[in-house]
Amino acid sequence: MDKIVAQYSRPSHQNEFYSEQEQQDLTETLPPLSLKFALPPVANPSAFLRAMTDDHSNPSCPIKLAHGTTTLAFRFQGGIIVCTDSRATAGNWIASQTVKKVIPVSRLSRGEDKPSNEPTPGLLGTMAGGAADCQYWLRYLSQQCTLHEIRHKRRITVAAASKILANLTYSYKGYGLSMGTMLAGVRTTASFLPSNQVGLELTSTAFIGNPQEGPALYYIDSDGTRLPGNLFCVGSGQTFAYGVLDANYRYDLTEEEALALGRRAILAAMHRDAYSGGFINLYHVKEEGWVHHGFDDMNPIFWKTKLESGEFSNVTSEL
Amino acid sequence: MGSPFDINGGACVAMVGKDCVAIACDLRLGMQALTISNNFPKIFNYAPSTYLGLTGLATDVNTVSDLFRYKVNMYRLREERHISPRPWPTCPVLAGINQTTGKPFICGFDSIGCIDFAKDFIVSGTASDQLFGTCEGLWEPDLGPEDLFETISQALLSAVDRDALSGWGAQVYIIEKDKVTQRLLKGRQD
Repeated sequence: MDKIVAQYSRPSHQNEFYSEQEQQDLTETLPPLSLKFALPPVANPSAFLRAMTDDHSNPSCPIKLAHGTTTLAFRFQGGIIVCTDSRATAGNWIASQTVKKVIPVSRLSRGEDKPSNEPTPGLLGTMAGGAADCQYWLRYLSQQCTLHEIRHKRRITVAAASKILANLTYSYKGYGLSMGTMLAGVRTTASFLPSNQVGLELTSTAFIGNPQEGPALYYIDSDGTRLPGNLFCVGSGQTFAYGVLDANYRYDLTEEEALALGRRAILAAMHRDAYSGGFINLYHVKEEGWVHHGFDDMNPIFWKTKLESGEFSNVTSEL
Repeated sequence: MGSPFDINGGACVAMVGKDCVAIACDLRLGMQALTISNNFPKIFNYAPSTYLGLTGLATDVNTVSDLFRYKVNMYRLREERHISPRPWPTCPVLAGINQTTGKPFICGFDSIGCIDFAKDFIVSGTASDQLFGTCEGLWEPDLGPEDLFETISQALLSAVDRDALSGWGAQVYIIEKDKVTQRLLKGRQD
């Protein structure tokens, strides 16, 4: 009997961490934060890139990057609302009306890709500015977050994730990156992953950072700016969204009110800003994870808002 | 500051049918990305069954339409008859029916007066590339007034949905020998 008991009573943290050798392998083979890209073979690559791609200073620039967007996110008592439009423009040409500008970051905890009404754990990132830059670097961030989860057996904090991105954009400052992104997530003690997800049991209580970060929202852009805050709007339609949001925002909004406000602010921006439009993409980030609240065409919502509540009276509906 | 043709945005199209013509425009007035008004028609009427669509810089749309009204009024007083559609080197899209011959007529101009006589359709504005595509695809000869209305409406709405600077509703005129029908289209408001 004693023999059997002894067999199962070995200290639970014997195999808890990686061996010295494994740790060394993990830390010393980390990819450098700044990746190496081929640059144009000219004296001043950043000035060259700007001349080729910046259609604001040079409308006849040969490479027109896809941008023009409205995205918003705000914190309230029930979590964080994230809402975006779905239009991509290259110059005046509408390249797409169905862009998904909310990107789930941290793939490991996303689980299956199937649509679900259940909250999905993990962070959300939004995309404004160059579509390629946002897509690529949020994917890179996703990779870093997943590696963090594997190495540390706990989900990354929003603060840490946003800093990875901000350090990255700062290291490429002046090279023509174009992105304005928001990171939203809620981290609680539940963010310590169950052992079956990482293959090792976690018993240590030595937390790194704030274990109860709670709902957190950060703004990061290609200048290297990183700001925590309650409310952000990013993109060419940001002023219109701020107008609606500032007038109606309170921290103690109910979940229903908060979702309606996010939708209404994006609707206003889609209406007035030529470079925003298409579909309203709405997310709610709460403690258990994020929930998707629809990808809906703005046009029926607009006419419903106009005809039922008398808003948008500037629009003619009869000859 | 971009090209003066792209500051305010707007689109206009005219089509020929059987014994009828149609002309349509969007309703947007913008200042670059900002939409100022959703009620800025770009089609002006100068005589029974003579319509002119103007796109480009909004201040010049107003100036040219007023100047043209003055010239047309002077013509009517001098000649003691209404003006009939024929080329006039200030206007981008002209559509109408010649009152004496009863023939449908459309033509378009570039901004310095090069005339484009067309037997099918004329397009202009910031969505002109898209309009060329939709019109090439949808237009066919000898459409009756109702079919022509459907064709020009679908062509215009589809085109402006792919242009950031035009849209926000549209107006269509169907011009027959002794009847003009004006319709408002409920377009996307983004």
